Amino acid sequence: MSKIINTPLTDRKIDNLHAGDRVLLNGIIYTGRDAAHKRLVEMISKGEKLPMALKGQIIYYVGPCPAKPGQVIGSAGPTTSGRMDAYAPILMENGLKGMIGKGLRSQKVVDSIIENNSIYFAAVGGAGALLAETIKEAEVIAFSELGPEAIYRLKVENFPVTVVIDNKGNDLYKIGRELYRRVSE
Amino acid sequence: MQNPKGERQMREINVDVITNVVEKLCIESNYYLPEDVKEALEGAVKKEESSLGKEILLDILNNQEIARRNNVPICQDTGLAVVFLELGQDVRLVGGDLNEAIDEGVRRGYKNGYLRKSSVDDPFMVRKNKGDNTPAIIHTTIVKGDKIKIILAPKGGGSENMSALAMLKPSDGVEGIKKFVLDTVDKAGSNPCPPIIVGIGIGGTIEKTTLIAKKALLRTIGEYNSNPVVANLEKELLEEINNLGIGPQGFGGRMTALAVNIETFPAHIASMPVAINIQCHAARHKEAII
Repeated sequence: MSKIINTPLTDRKIDNLHAGDRVLLNGIIYTGRDAAHKRLVEMISKGEKLPMALKGQIIYYVGPCPAKPGQVIGSAGPTTSGRMDAYAPILMENGLKGMIGKGLRSQKVVDSIIENNSIYFAAVGGAGALLAETIKEAEVIAFSELGPEAIYRLKVENFPVTVVIDNKGNDLYKIGRELYRRVSE
Repeated sequence: MQNPKGERQMREINVDVITNVVEKLCIESNYYLPEDVKEALEGAVKKEESSLGKEILLDILNNQEIARRNNVPICQDTGLAVVFLELGQDVRLVGGDLNEAIDEGVRRGYKNGYLRKSSVDDPFMVRKNKGDNTPAIIHTTIVKGDKIKIILAPKGGGSENMSALAMLKPSDGVEGIKKFVLDTVDKAGSNPCPPIIVGIGIGGTIEKTTLIAKKALLRTIGEYNSNPVVANLEKELLEEINNLGIGPQGFGGRMTALAVNIETFPAHIASMPVAINIQCHAARHKEAII
């Protein structure tokens, strides 16, 4: 059974989520990947106003396909999160509560998740068509010149994710692997 | 073909035909998952021991069904367009430049198919998106006959980034090869979107081994190398990879890889290069013969 969570996130909502939980997200989330992260962090270091307030928000690491006529957005599955590791702690220190991507995070990111009471979700990598169906509105709000790397504001309904790293630092990638590993070392 | 004088006749093909075929292959390869991959995923659902892993595999199968039904990309990373071109030596190309014709096909396919443009103009300076997904990565071989075979294999960045090359010593032997493969897959973990397909090239020179590793990814799942020793190594590696516990999407489970395909090539007396090209479950490729 999936847990249903409405955005923005709060400390209380995050306290109730644990590594391995399947979650359906509802509400507003923002997109951002490599180039957008670089710019956001540069803006923070210069003290500039960001295109969106980060408090309680979730950033989805995705560079969607262009929408076909009649579509809200093209296929929109997660990209590899590790490339955002250099930037994620700074965003969490500035209020970001959740990240959606796929793949491993650095220890620095895990530490920052614990410290800032944040959470890391994974969406199914390669399931871009399925995930796009849960995106009901999409609007570019910043860096449109970056094309697929622009920041979009998305309205999602029952967007399916799995909690990978919770606010205690439990990591599904490690827990799951230990459970099924059959290697004599 | 020979003319009445006994001379070999060349078949003329206009490069515009190639442009049209490449456009179509870009779109179709990104929308429709090959049947063998779909069947392998269905088989994986039955074999997977983790219930979360099973759910993920069903999501993946559902996703390719939605893509097929709605004619949309399976994955938003519609890749760089890798083109394997087998050009018959009795073909005479007319009407323009071959490589430019392929790039034009990519340009049109990625535009008209609403595919994501993922190429940047330089690798480490400005990295500006080119906006048309060119250039294609073209591998041309000249073969017998008067036909052209084009295989289009879009390759995403996530799994490509987890690929690796090692210039092993001949004394490292088969154990050295196995260790390198298992370490590479283990380290990649959830990043390349498991369940994966592992393409391995062994032998040749540095560029040959990586090229045959990539070609190995095109093999139909369930087929093995024709050399029984190599086929046996493929089976052993598949089992050992699936004992790593990574599972679908790295959430833990049995189904980390759907196939291990090895291609070999003669090597220098001093060398044993091994290349590992990792492919995500959206193992897209489509071919056409002109």
